[in-house]
Amino acid sequence: MSAASPAGRSAQSVPVSARRADAPHTSMFLRMLMRAAVLRRGRAASALLAMVVAAAVATAMMNLYVDVQAKLRTEFRSYGANIVIAGKDGASLPPDALARVDQALAGKGLAAPFAYVVARTVNGQPVVVAGTDFARVQNLDHWWSVSAWPSAPQQALVGAHAQSVVSPDSKPFPLTFQGHTLDLTPAGTVQTGAAEDGRVYISLADFLAWTGIDPSTIEVAANGSPAEVNAALRTLSQTLPTADVRPVRQIVEGEARVLGKTRATLYAAAVLIILTSALCVLATLTGWVFDRRKDFAIMKALGASESLVSGFFAAEAAALGAVGALLGFAFGIGIAAWIGRVNFHAPVVPRFSVLPWILVGSIGVALLSALLPMSLLRRVEPAIILKGE
Amino acid sequence: MFARLLYESFRRQKRRKLLAGIAITLGVAVATAMIAVATDIGDKISRELRSYGANLLVTPQEDSLDVEIGGLNLKPPSDGAFLDEADLPKIKGMFWRNNIVGFSPMLPATVAVGDGNSTLKAPLLGTYFAHTITFGKESFVTGVRTTHPWWNVQGDWPRDESQDVLVGERLAAKLNKHGGDAIDLAGENHRIAGILSTGAGEDDEIVAPIALAQRIIGRPGAVRRVYVSALTKPEDALALRDPKTMNPELFDRWYCSPYVQSIAYQLQETIPHSHAEQIRQVAQNEGTVLSRIKGLMLLVTLAALFASALAVSAAMATAIFERRREVGLMKALGAGNFGVAALFFAESALLAILGGIAGYAIGITLAHQIGRSIFDADITIQPVLFPVILAIAVIVTFAGSAAAIRRAVQFDPVFALRGDA
Repeated sequence: MSAASPAGRSAQSVPVSARRADAPHTSMFLRMLMRAAVLRRGRAASALLAMVVAAAVATAMMNLYVDVQAKLRTEFRSYGANIVIAGKDGASLPPDALARVDQALAGKGLAAPFAYVVARTVNGQPVVVAGTDFARVQNLDHWWSVSAWPSAPQQALVGAHAQSVVSPDSKPFPLTFQGHTLDLTPAGTVQTGAAEDGRVYISLADFLAWTGIDPSTIEVAANGSPAEVNAALRTLSQTLPTADVRPVRQIVEGEARVLGKTRATLYAAAVLIILTSALCVLATLTGWVFDRRKDFAIMKALGASESLVSGFFAAEAAALGAVGALLGFAFGIGIAAWIGRVNFHAPVVPRFSVLPWILVGSIGVALLSALLPMSLLRRVEPAIILKGE
Repeated sequence: MFARLLYESFRRQKRRKLLAGIAITLGVAVATAMIAVATDIGDKISRELRSYGANLLVTPQEDSLDVEIGGLNLKPPSDGAFLDEADLPKIKGMFWRNNIVGFSPMLPATVAVGDGNSTLKAPLLGTYFAHTITFGKESFVTGVRTTHPWWNVQGDWPRDESQDVLVGERLAAKLNKHGGDAIDLAGENHRIAGILSTGAGEDDEIVAPIALAQRIIGRPGAVRRVYVSALTKPEDALALRDPKTMNPELFDRWYCSPYVQSIAYQLQETIPHSHAEQIRQVAQNEGTVLSRIKGLMLLVTLAALFASALAVSAAMATAIFERRREVGLMKALGAGNFGVAALFFAESALLAILGGIAGYAIGITLAHQIGRSIFDADITIQPVLFPVILAIAVIVTFAGSAAAIRRAVQFDPVFALRGDA
């Protein structure tokens, strides 16, 4: 059939005996381990492949499970503020409130101030005018559909419903509040489908100069887990003892619910996948060890003790498990990073704290799959195995 | 002869076949469960996303401008236009009725609250709590308990046909009232069923069945606005187009897709003199969150499929590798390469089909288990999944066996029989 194979064998077998003579006398145990891996490359490789795949998938799932929650939380921040700070009974907050909030958040969130008055149009129609910081709102409230953000003083962002009342033809319009008149140019319109549609938004500087009223509300989007949001809530109420600091339950509870379900699904998937890969490894490795019952019988026939033979197979399995775990860990981190990049446009940070778990798990499964067939073989006489029955 | 070889191979090598079969079954079970969950997760999560509340708001078309600050409406309650409560059941008759999770009509009013000697003006909100409406033969329960799931009541929810009310927690603290107390509203005595906590403007209000609010402002059947919670499909290019500029065919496609825009359009058609609009904070973000979670599950499923494919391949390769001696014997007795390969492939196919069927059964059980324990709802399994899974199982098993079979067949029978295998 294939001429290459016998030729290769005989060519190999002569130098093997020559090599044996002057080979360094390393421990027989180690040499047996090495030879077993080299001579049965095909089998060893397929067992290793199963091991690597299982370890890789387990690593990827564990990494994802830990990291995805943080990733999803940043997505949930696009729902906007989860904390509202308001003056008690509609009173204004202290003038330095926003600076204090920014300091308390320390970069772990966004805040936008709002001040409200009811002003009158030329026809005496009441309309709510809000003063705010447009740059902050733009970052906080992504869902606002704005045709053009105001960029100069005395420009206004007009709500889609308010437009027909204050400036139906998009011309400059005056608004009066307590006898003071402010001339405004509409820069664009805002549409949200909520109360914002009925308001006129102007910059905080214009608002303050016009009405002399400080913001009464600060909307805060605090980042992080529920515990971190609660901590932010406590810090904020300590920072502003005179104000009312409340979580926005609609946002906080909705997020907790959706995140909880997603996490549970991911957890179920992780458990399922890890368990299956472990069982597949078990099946493959058990078969592998079982097939080497001849080696086992020869060793015993040559006088090896039971514990030595068991130790040999266990060491082999442990080595396979460790190598598989390390390779798999590297692949798994790659898979997790790829999923993070494709889905969240941010790589999943490798977590080395997962590595010991993977190592222990892999070696454990490998040992189990080596010792399981061993306990079966132990009862059989070597002669019967060697006879081929 | 072929059939007998096949039969004997399974009969005599039960352990090996069992191991390979277990690997295939497990791989297929995980693949099935993951695919079933991943294809249905969009539906399940979009239901969970409804806990963010209504994503559509219906208001009267000719409404005057709201003058509202911090949930407090400064516009006189009887001012402006109203919708008719009698039109609301029609919502369950529109094209996308099954996508409407719930709706709540709202009617704000102001009421004089007497607490013994002094009175105080307090805002009152009339709504449905869990109101049963009937449209045709169907009945449907809707109200704030569906559309505003974050509303929390200490005590009991009032019944919609009763005269009981809820008092917001901050107003209750101000009035020093508790659940079960009596409260005097506009000269009538009412029972406080419970104390309401929402974390928003309703904490300073009285929330009552809508009929009470209608009686207070003297307008039976009046509704100021309706919050509608609907399951929608994430926006795409078609969703954003103006329906007026579409040709009839495109319009039909737009109309028959559950975009938030087309549901708003249908609500406007259904309720006379109304204007329906998406609440962008809820509606716009839904799509992003949904696509992230769906994408995540899809990628995890891909990883799971890849892993099960490799595991099955490894198991098959192992199973065949150890049978080189058999191959040698067959070839020594005159079997051709083709015959030997055919036998092995037939064995693989049989294993794949048996393992595939068992794995599929286990997989759908797992998927149902996941659906029930996590989402309290069954995972919908597409019937097409079964042939797809079987095909995948056969292909993966073949791919995994092919290399091993090739090597086994090419091995010289002399060496195989001598025991060098």
